[in-house]
Parts: sequence; structure tokens; C-alpha cells
Amino acid sequence: MVVFFVKRLLTSLLVVLVSTLIMYVLVDLSIDPLLDLRTSTAPNKAQQIANRTAELRLDDPVISRYLSWLKGASGCVYGNCDLGENWLTHQQVTSLLGGAVLTTIQLVGAATFLAILLGVMVGVVSALRQYTGFDYSITFLSFLLYSLPVFWVAVLAKVFLAIRFNDFLADPHISVGAMALISGVVGLIVSAALAGTAVKRLRNFAVAAVVVALLLIYAEVTQWFADPSIGIALIALTSVGWAFVVTILSTGLRNRRALYSALSVAALGIALWLPLLYFWIYAEDAGILGWPLVIALFVIALAVSAGIGFAWGGPDRTRSARTAALTAIPVSATLFVDRLMQSWGSYNSNIAIKDRPIATLGSSTPNLEGDFWIQTIDTFAHLALPTATLILISFASYTRYSRASMLEVMNQDYIRTARSKGLTERTVVMRHAFRNALLPLASIVPIDIITLLGGAVLTETVFGWFGMGRLFVVSLGNNQQDPVMAYIVIVGILAVAANFVADLIYAVLDPRIRVAA
Amino acid sequence: MSTPLEPTGGIDTLENAIELKDVEGLSQGQIVRRRFFRHRGALVGLLTLVAVSVLAYSSIGAFGIPGWWKFDYRTPADVVNGGAPTMSLPTWLGGSGLAIGDHPFGQDEIGRDIFARTMKGTQTSINVMVIISVLAAFIGMTVGAIAGFYRGWVDQALMRFTDLFITFPVIVIGAVLGNLAGSAGAFWLAVALGCITWTTLARLVRGEFLTLREREFVDAAKVAGASSFRIIRKHMIPNAMGVIIVNTTLLAAVAVLLETALSYLGFGIQTPDVSLGTMISEYQSAFATRPWLFWWPGLFIILIALSVNFIGDGLRDAFDPRQKRIPSGRKMARAAALADAGADYAASRDENRDER
Repeated sequence: MVVFFVKRLLTSLLVVLVSTLIMYVLVDLSIDPLLDLRTSTAPNKAQQIANRTAELRLDDPVISRYLSWLKGASGCVYGNCDLGENWLTHQQVTSLLGGAVLTTIQLVGAATFLAILLGVMVGVVSALRQYTGFDYSITFLSFLLYSLPVFWVAVLAKVFLAIRFNDFLADPHISVGAMALISGVVGLIVSAALAGTAVKRLRNFAVAAVVVALLLIYAEVTQWFADPSIGIALIALTSVGWAFVVTILSTGLRNRRALYSALSVAALGIALWLPLLYFWIYAEDAGILGWPLVIALFVIALAVSAGIGFAWGGPDRTRSARTAALTAIPVSATLFVDRLMQSWGSYNSNIAIKDRPIATLGSSTPNLEGDFWIQTIDTFAHLALPTATLILISFASYTRYSRASMLEVMNQDYIRTARSKGLTERTVVMRHAFRNALLPLASIVPIDIITLLGGAVLTETVFGWFGMGRLFVVSLGNNQQDPVMAYIVIVGILAVAANFVADLIYAVLDPRIRVAA
Repeated sequence: MSTPLEPTGGIDTLENAIELKDVEGLSQGQIVRRRFFRHRGALVGLLTLVAVSVLAYSSIGAFGIPGWWKFDYRTPADVVNGGAPTMSLPTWLGGSGLAIGDHPFGQDEIGRDIFARTMKGTQTSINVMVIISVLAAFIGMTVGAIAGFYRGWVDQALMRFTDLFITFPVIVIGAVLGNLAGSAGAFWLAVALGCITWTTLARLVRGEFLTLREREFVDAAKVAGASSFRIIRKHMIPNAMGVIIVNTTLLAAVAVLLETALSYLGFGIQTPDVSLGTMISEYQSAFATRPWLFWWPGLFIILIALSVNFIGDGLRDAFDPRQKRIPSGRKMARAAALADAGADYAASRDENRDER
């Protein structure tokens, strides 16, 4: 197995090496650094052309330029990076890259995560409701999403999601018609997704529509959108709700120990709400507030919850532990979002924001003064639109793939065996089918990440993010070889790494691969 | 297609009986055509695509033949009424009476007719789409067929060669090549893009060939003394045609989006040529004042891509015998009478499968 991976890694590296050579030649053919000088009317035009030719070594054969570029680039392995410079501004490419790589990874990472989550969920439900109205609607939707030009949607999103939504936030009034429409649509989706007899559908529709309508009325009466917050009451409600949802999905409510461990995690979260608020203040004073601390706390929360589940004991304590740990994810997320929302008011009225929270340009507000929370809200507000448009691309493919793979698994003999030995539908779907259906997705993710990197080229351009995609587009437009090559190398390495990780995951998940390797 | 499903009795047998009754005595081509035309989405997609193409090519003319539309896509004119569209819906749809008027899609800031421009852009997109798919289908088929047929080091070399293209997002290689070929016109842009989009097809055709070459009819052809080229051309490619056609269609939809995206970024079609992508890029800043400049090109991109995608879906269903339609309840009841004969049908169906 180790041999297999080493071989795989070496061939991948060779592919990257050869592809950089090909791309170097292609980019060299494609750009013309002397373009502006050719049409110039300056008296010393010939001299300028000669100068630039000498500076960029345009008279040397392309291979020798590639070799010297490769020599500089290979320095990156031992920390002596030289990826050339931007000849217009004489900035080192390495200094340009730092922020850009981080920006793009942030964007693509968020989009991948959300697209997998939503796409798999919708795809699986669609497969379980094969040939129903819901299934057909989702199929149509995914075709529509496949056919959408990202750059066009992005401009529309800017106008309708950002500008109109900001207008709405400035004066948050929901009309009765809008309320009826929203609750009706949500009711329809819920009843279609849950399916069942006509009576059941009607009941589901009514329940979902009424709940949404009540929530909207509550928001309207309390002007929730003007100053959104969660508060301890809502945290308590959602945490307990999550405990039930997670238990239903993971072990079923009949496993009392699992339910109690999930509920204890929810209770712990509720109990920790107030102490945590003080802890954040303390952390800020101590200067340790930041993403590392948040992530560390999250990991601790997972571990503690797993411990709680384990402590409930019983014959299958690992299942309780898993349920508890899974419950900890939404509960801690709720606590985190609650703390963020407490800063919403001060973010919104910040001098740099001026009550227009959803941003349409850039990856952060310039000159924004504020603590960790303000900065985090700012990042999220900027991520919202580009991520939403990026998700559209890969949501469709994840839905299609997970639907197809779920359908295939549901027709397998072992599913029939599971059903015939009297297991509940939940166990059959979640344990026997869903886990196996996820397997083929591991090979889709790296391809999708490459697609998303391509999509990021477009979204970064529309939304004015200074990420790698934008760097690529601008440098190619300005006829600059070195920054373009830097982009190509990094994307190539990212793609190879994604593929490699997928292989690794696949081998871990599927024992058949290990035998074959 | 290579794994025959075991008849499992009960419902399956019933369904098989229905399906067999449908296809009895028909050739493979007739079955595929029938299945395709029964796919409602595919049919609507096909009609839409034909309608859009007829509109685009006949209205402003193409290939030197003048069209029936009165405005040229390049000539500026007086801006009437701020360039607002003159087309309006019938009154019962909330418009001010059905009318087309002089400029149904409006005018841009120097008075060029947006309908003519959109039609020109649509023509460009369809032309580019056709060239890309034909070229990519040809290259992909050739590479995949050779790799799958000869296997061994030829296969290894060709597949590593394919990997080179898959390492980067298509749009990145497309931008580099488009920057090179875009200024030479839409044709060369399409050729350049066709040269990089064949990879998926090559992999699929290779996979198909790897299974096909183990089949008896290939052995039979070999024993009869057919050359490798003849076996590939006469015996294997016709059998892989389903995969090729379906994926070429799906590729065509991707090609439309790729061309428009590159043109939007400025690395595709260059002015004075018109593409739906360049129109969006040109007019996006005018969205607040002249939204119609922006709506139409986007809508036509979606129309083309969506209808091509639906056609591809219909073709996939038509070519893939595993994807059966579920018969309606009434059909099932009618077929219940045939249930006894079901086993025979299933057996003969499996034989049919092997012959294909």
C-alpha cells in the first residue's frame, strides 16, 4: 500500500512538472509583453523595446527561460522561493501570493464544504423519493444550475441578494403577501420531501407553513431583522431540537442512552452559555482570542461530549459517544453564532459599514476597526455572495452524484437482506445505504475542487476579490508570465494534493481498494 | 451495458414484459429513437434549441445570406426612449398589449439594436459549440479507442497525456489558449477549446473499449482476419456510440458556458465580434440603468445550455437500457396477464442483450 502511494505521488509530481513546462511555453506564446510599446508613439520606442526585451530576456529561447524559472521555483522546497516578479510594479510574485492563496482557499473551502453538505443531503432525499414531484423538481433544478453562467448569476446576486437585501435590512418589514408566499413555499418543499399519503402530506404542509409563518410574524413584531440575535431561550430550544434530530438520524429515539447523552450535551451547552460569554471577554483581555482558540475549544467540546456519551454506558457506548459528539457540532456552532450576532449591531453601525452589511466587493472591508468578532462578521459578510454563487456550480453535481449512488446502493442485495431481517427503515437508510453511497463521492470531490478553482476565477473577478483567480486573470491580461506561472503551479499542486487525499480516503474507507493495491 | 440484470421475478418480470412488448421487432436505432422521443424534457429541449437556432440564423442572416431583421448588430442608431425595449406582453399578462415594436430587446447607449446583437451572439455561441463538440468528440474518440484497444504502454502514455489536461481547470488552459487564438476569430478559438475539452470523453471511451475488446464478436472479427483498424471502426465504435453521443452532447453544454465565460473574462471572442459573454461583460455596469442589456444575453445562454443538457439527458436514457421508465399502474395491470410468459421474456431479453 505504501508502495502504491509513493508511486502515485511520484507520477503526480512528474505530471505537474511536465504540465508546467507545457504551460510555460503556451503562456509564452499567448502573451505579448511588448504589446503597449508596439503601438507607442514615443520617440525612443526602439530603445524601450530593446530595454524590455533585455529585462525579460525575450531573445533567449523559451526553454532556457523555463529552466531558470524552474530553478527559482524549486527553491521553494527548501524555503528559498523565487517565483520571479511582476515586471510592471517590480513586486516579487511570492509577496503577491501570500494573501491571494489564503483568500482563494477560504472561498473554495467554504463553497466545497457547504456544497457537499447541501448537495449530499438533497441528493439522498431525492433518491429516496425517486420519481416523485420532489425528485423531478430537484432534477430540473440541477439541470438549470448546470446551465447557469456563473458570471451572469454573480452580477444578479449582487443586485438582488446584496443591494436589495441591504435595503430590506435598513427597513425590515415583511408584507403579509411575502409571508404567505414564503411559508407556502417552505411548506410545499417540506411536504414534498417527506412524502407519504395525501393526508400526511397535507399535515406536513400545514405544520411547516404554520411554523414558518409564526417565525416570520415573530420577526416582524419584534423587528428581529433590525437587530438579529439568538438569546438564551432560542439557544435552549435549538440545542434540544438538535439533540433530537441528531439522535433520530444516528441511532433512533428508541436508543434511550443515546438520546440522553445528546440531551446532556445540549444541557451542557445551555449551561455554558453565560460562562462562555465571560470567557470570551477574558480571552480578549489576555490577547488569545482568535481562530486557533475557537478551533481548540471546538475540539475540546467534541472530546468532552464523546466522553459524556461514553459515561452514559450501556452495551453500545460507542454509539452514544458518537451521537453526543455529533450533537456537539450544531450546539457549539449555535453558541458561536450567538456570540457573533451580539456584535452585529456594532458591526452594522460601524463607520466603515454604514448599515450595508452584505458586501459586494472585496474580501474584507478596508480600514475596518474592530475586535475579533467584528472582523469575523466582516469575513462572513464578504464570503456570503461569492460562496453562494460558487456553491451553485457544485451543488448540482453533488446532488446528481449522490442521488445516483444512493439509488444504486438501495438496489443492492444487502439492502434487501437488511430490510428482510426486520431492521427499521432508518437503520437501513442511514447505516447500510447512506454510508456506502458516500464512497464514490470521495472520487468526485477532487475533480470538483478543480472545477471550483476554475469557478473562483470568475467569481473573484466579478466580486473583486484579490485571490489567485483574479491574480491569474489580471496578470494574463497584462502579459506577465511569472505571476501566471505561479498561479498554474499552485493550482497544479492543489489539484494533485486533492487527488492524492481522495485516493487516501478511498483506500481507508473501502477495504477492496487495499486488497487491489 | 455490460452487466445483464438477473430477472428477480415479481415486479421486475412484469416490467420486463412491458418493456419487451414495447421494443418487440424494432431495430436498435428505432428503440433509441422511440425512447428519446418519449422523454418529454429532451423533446422540449430539442424543439427549443431548433427554435433558438432558426431565430438566430434567419433573423440577421448568416454566412453571407441576409436575414429578415431590419437592424444590423454593428450600426449605431438614434436612441429611442432611452433605449427601453419596445416589446410588451399582452394585457392579460400585465403588459400594455402585445407588441414587438422596433427594438424588442431595447438598445444600448449608442443605439445599437440589442435583438440583433443577441442573435449575433447566439450564432457565435452555437457555432463555437458545434465546432468544439465535433472536434473534441473526434479527438476523444480516437485517443480513447487507441488507448483502450492496444492497452499496455500505449494506454499508459495516452492516459498520462490526458492527465496533463485534467490537472488544471479547463477555464485556465482555455484562457491561455483563448488569449492566443481569440484575436484570430471565433473559429480558431473554438478549435483551441476543442483541443482541450476531449479528456472526459477519451477516458469514457477507453473504459468502454476495455470491456468491448473482450467480447466474442471482436474475437470473431479477429479470427476472420479483420485488421485492427477495421475492428475498431466497424465493430467497436458503433458499440460505443451511445457513450460517445451522450457525452458529446453534455460536453456541448459545457462548451457554451466555457466560451461565454472566456469571452466575459476577455480571453475569448474579441470585439468587434459579438458573443453573449462579451455582451454581459460590456453591459454589466449598466445593470442599474439599462437592465435589458443584461437580461437577454444571459437568458439565451441558459436557453441553449439547458436545452442541450436536456437533450443529453434524453439521449442517456435512450441509450442506457438500465434506465427503465416506470410503467404506469394501468400498464402494470395490463401486463399482469403476461406475467406467466414473463420468465420466457426475461430469458430472451438477456439473449438480446448479449447480442448487442
